[in-house]
Amino acid sequence: MSLLSVRDLTVKFAMRDNTVTALDNISFDLAKGERLGIVGESGAGKSITGFSLMNLLSRPGFIDNGKILFEGEDIANMSDAQMRGIRGNRMAMIFQDPMVTLNPVLTIGQQMVETLMAHRKLSKAEAEQIAVVKLREVYIPSPEERLAQYPHELSGGMRQRIIIAMALLLDPELIIADEPTTALDVTIQADIMELLLELCQSNKVGLILITHDLGVVSQMTERTLVMYAGKIIEAGRTREIINDPQHPYTQGLINALPQQTKPGMRLKQIPGNMPSLTAIPAGCPFSPRCEYVRDHCRTTRPEPVQYAHVEVACHEVNRLHRENSEEQSA
Amino acid sequence: MSMTTTAVEASRWSRMWNSNMGYSFRRNPVAVVSLAIFAFITVMSLLAPLIAPFDPYDPAQIDIMNSEYPPVWVDGADAQFMFGTDDQGRDLWSTILYGTRLSLLIGLCAVALQAFLGISIGLIAGYVGGRLDSLLMRMADIQLSFSTLMVAIIFLAVTQAMFGSETFNQYAVYFLIAVIGVAEWPQYARTVRATVLAEKKKEYVDSARVLGFGPLRIMVRHILPNSLSPIFVISTVQVANAIISEASLSFLGLGMPPSQPSLGSLISSGFDYIFSGSWWITAIPGVVLVVLVLVINLLGDWMRDVLNPKLYKG
Repeated sequence: MSLLSVRDLTVKFAMRDNTVTALDNISFDLAKGERLGIVGESGAGKSITGFSLMNLLSRPGFIDNGKILFEGEDIANMSDAQMRGIRGNRMAMIFQDPMVTLNPVLTIGQQMVETLMAHRKLSKAEAEQIAVVKLREVYIPSPEERLAQYPHELSGGMRQRIIIAMALLLDPELIIADEPTTALDVTIQADIMELLLELCQSNKVGLILITHDLGVVSQMTERTLVMYAGKIIEAGRTREIINDPQHPYTQGLINALPQQTKPGMRLKQIPGNMPSLTAIPAGCPFSPRCEYVRDHCRTTRPEPVQYAHVEVACHEVNRLHRENSEEQSA
Repeated sequence: MSMTTTAVEASRWSRMWNSNMGYSFRRNPVAVVSLAIFAFITVMSLLAPLIAPFDPYDPAQIDIMNSEYPPVWVDGADAQFMFGTDDQGRDLWSTILYGTRLSLLIGLCAVALQAFLGISIGLIAGYVGGRLDSLLMRMADIQLSFSTLMVAIIFLAVTQAMFGSETFNQYAVYFLIAVIGVAEWPQYARTVRATVLAEKKKEYVDSARVLGFGPLRIMVRHILPNSLSPIFVISTVQVANAIISEASLSFLGLGMPPSQPSLGSLISSGFDYIFSGSWWITAIPGVVLVVLVLVINLLGDWMRDVLNPKLYKG
């Protein structure tokens, strides 16, 4: 049985006089210890997916339809008290900016001990011991002294390590990392990612990595979902998606990487912007920006189909593939 | 671990002294003098039973023949009574010491009650939001549309009539604390709610929810400590206000009885004699009251400047 199984998840936001759909029929699975990447532009619904999995959508957002099965139990229908037993305990989340995720007026030790004691029956001394062990696991030097320090006394990289340690405190089965390195220095980003990968592998923790960085996804994850305007448009093994993307949007994303351009050339970019959630086109949401667009793309919504090794939601995937291979052979 | 804890506690004073707040305090002579005067008044009034030459509550020590002696620096004074005596022959110095103690006690307790009510209601309103927020804040608006003194006068006059002045005088301290405490909670509730609205959007609150903490714990342990600076600032102003309210009510005869005078009732009891030349019975407690309220307000001003997030980011 898979650890997490999301079925037809639809999340809507109630606006003043209508509702907009932020997530549209999302389905995916995550096996125990598997690492999954979710990529897409800002506003594609990546973070909303993360928050829905924690059942932490705040008003005006709500889960309209669908199931989120975590080890067979449906999170979407759980009471707040039941959910609290899962959050932090069996499922942890790491946020983007380590500068603001830790409570500025509590010491590192207080925050870690509080988390442990909220979920387990432990004495303060026992909790402190566990905290020290976890801090050591994330390579924090002299962890005993850190416990008495406040977040502002530590650097950004150090804080993100501490946040990872806090996520691992209760040995969760799943970690949701929402752009965990975006706010960090490039040099530290790689360190943190490597640490996260190492810890997930050694502790057999499932990871959902939400990011817009395809490079990170290719290093860290086994499978990838590409999201666009609240829909999954391509899903499959990371290696195949990176090496042989099928959806024009994914191709565009990969071609837009600076490494794909020769020195002196202009960077390739996808023209236009992602549609606002209030004005998603009737057919394929990507159709206004797609260079392969046909008439039926604008009117009928493509359903995900199995193609090559991935699942892709595009009408024109056959033609596209043919043209690409002709191009390459020519 | 206990070793490190004691080390942390030992250095807390030096940490506070060396912090930004300590630095700004040392650099600000007004704040230093105000705190010194406030500490002096507080210590003197707390030690009243030890310092005061007479016990103003003990009828055996009061001799009506001693009434209306002027302070020692005026002709016709009795050296026994430094600041003279009041109309009943009580030593004014002792009575002021005891009275200040009462005024401070009522002021601080009333503010503690205000703070308790206001902070709880403000936290709930800000954190829960929605209808409950609107309801609680409309209640605050209604409460604020009555002036504190008006509410207090009505309440105290009614209780005085209900219980008779004997019982009322006996429990006057509690009535005063209750009425001043209840009348001013919206000040706290509004300030706390505004801060909570700003704080709850911050990511550490999300991360606390993600760690599986309940709403009560998030409110009390995570949001409240981050909202303390405005609470400190209004607390000082509110203590000064509460002392003034208490003095005003006592002056109007709705507060502390003359047998157990606070600063306000002392000023009031001397007021009848002010035109017959016994100015000191009103003037000296009046000066004490003004100085006390002034230094508290000056301290509050200083604190507001230091804790102002626009001037200093903590």
